Amino acid sequence: MTTVDDQSVGMDYLESFPKKFLRVYLPLGLIVVFLLFPFYWMAVTTFKPDAEMYDYEKYNPFLIAHPTLEHIHKLFLETDYPQWMWNTVVVSVSSTFISLFASVCAAYAIERLRYKGSRYVGLAIFLGYLVPPSILFIPLAAIVFQLGLFDGNLALILTYPTFLIPFCTWLLMGYFRTIPYELEECALIDGATRLQILTKITLPLSLPGVISAGIFAFTLSWNEFIYALTFISSSENKTIPVGAITELVNGDVYHWGALMAAALTGSVPVVILYSFFVEYYVSAMTGAVKE
Amino acid sequence: MAVMAEPVAAQVKRSSLWSRAFESRNFLGAMFMVPAIAILILFLAYPLALGFWLGMTDTKIGGVGRYIGFQNFVSLSKDSVFWLSVFNTIFYTVFASIVKFAIGLYLALLLNERLPFKSMLRAIVLLPFVVPTVLSAIAFWWIYDSQFSIISWVLIKAGLLTHYIDFLGDPWNARWSVVLANIWRGVPFVAITLLAGLQTISPSLYEAANLDGATNMQRFRHITLPMLSPIIAVVMTFSVLMTFTDFQLIYTITRGGPINATHLMATLSFQRAITGGNLGEGAAISNAMIPFLVAAILLSFFGLQRSRWQQGGRD
Repeated sequence: MTTVDDQSVGMDYLESFPKKFLRVYLPLGLIVVFLLFPFYWMAVTTFKPDAEMYDYEKYNPFLIAHPTLEHIHKLFLETDYPQWMWNTVVVSVSSTFISLFASVCAAYAIERLRYKGSRYVGLAIFLGYLVPPSILFIPLAAIVFQLGLFDGNLALILTYPTFLIPFCTWLLMGYFRTIPYELEECALIDGATRLQILTKITLPLSLPGVISAGIFAFTLSWNEFIYALTFISSSENKTIPVGAITELVNGDVYHWGALMAAALTGSVPVVILYSFFVEYYVSAMTGAVKE
Repeated sequence: MAVMAEPVAAQVKRSSLWSRAFESRNFLGAMFMVPAIAILILFLAYPLALGFWLGMTDTKIGGVGRYIGFQNFVSLSKDSVFWLSVFNTIFYTVFASIVKFAIGLYLALLLNERLPFKSMLRAIVLLPFVVPTVLSAIAFWWIYDSQFSIISWVLIKAGLLTHYIDFLGDPWNARWSVVLANIWRGVPFVAITLLAGLQTISPSLYEAANLDGATNMQRFRHITLPMLSPIIAVVMTFSVLMTFTDFQLIYTITRGGPINATHLMATLSFQRAITGGNLGEGAAISNAMIPFLVAAILLSFFGLQRSRWQQGGRD
């Protein structure tokens, strides 16, 4: 798996600064502003008192004159938000672990044991990734209902792996491929079992891959919406995205401050996780598509 | 050592069936596949088939449906809201994908330059992709507010407008607004993956072209684009699939309104199946998306037979 490293087009040192500013820095700056502005706006609204939020005449909307925690306070103490956050954590962590376990086994079997037909199974699993949740949610709702899982965390924990496993398996297959076969052969000759080889040789060596698969799975489940919206009905069982959209809007009254606070605080955990492992994340994302 | 030989031989004999099974790659392989395959069959393959079936029934929520053949599709074919959603889905996919590709490629080329703080820039650029879509869509919802839109405010202050824009109240405004939000969310994915593709192109190609006196444009046209085309196809297939089946952005920002002007097939199918309780009809709308998806996938499969990615990871 390749990490993205600096291989800039040569000879650009011949260019003068003003020219490069116009050609590169200015457009790059504009695009970055475009990409970051909604986050800035989310943060500004979160800490702005209502009086300023709805008065663009007296206050400059881009700035906060009197920062306040009232929206965050309201969100955490007057809504089920802490419960939604806990549900999201439980669901994301559990489905990530289930998916990682299943994917490690599957990827190892496909890539290393090379059993009969493994190539076709590998392709079939990859095709599973192309089946979008917006086609599956209706029949899944029927199944979830039949299994008696409706309106519970378990419904999400068991269904999220359907889009996590294909992706993680695909990613891990790429990683396992980078580990030399000879290592496993030596261990086999020394009498190690396949399970020992997997846990003592292959897994430690492909730790970066397992970590990136894990982060991906975690952010994808934190992000998931349509299953959570369909399978969960009571407020205390909702996840953050669903809770924010369905519970913070009373009829025509939008609590913009609280909504933005929910958007901001709901994004922070994934952003923190992502920023710690950003290099893994980027290389996995690019690698998975390039494979 | 002769003393040892006897018990070892006996041991091998006793456990031979069991241990041989564990030495067999096919048996072990099958065992290792059990967790993944079980989950995928129960919650992916079976629902997919069940979805086909449901689309041919008149199932209501909480009730048992009966087989009605293609009746759902017949009634959908006379349903103007359904056709509007098909139009919206295609409109949304085409415009969002084209712009995502254009900005994404441009951004990738810019990020491929020699820049200070490059890895930080890359991390920042990817943020819209990482943050939960619904939560960033809430931010867009507020940005598009009819009375307090920051876009309108800036344009009025700049003297370009005299009144606030009704972003989500007017059908065409609403369509362009959700397209813009989708572009914002999709550009990072396109840009970062194309950037990775760009970095696999050997710099010596550009140096050779420079020596031959090629212009920037010529280098882009004759080196970058051809070398990048396999990964462009992969990225755009993904991007088109994700855009075509999008649900979150629309549901959050407009819920399909105003007067169904932004309903995609996915949101309409949710509305009919879950909100409206007609599971069968909703499933039929979902199923109607499948031919488009298969076409998109096949197009990139056959357009790209040379590249390796679709071969199931064959080295």
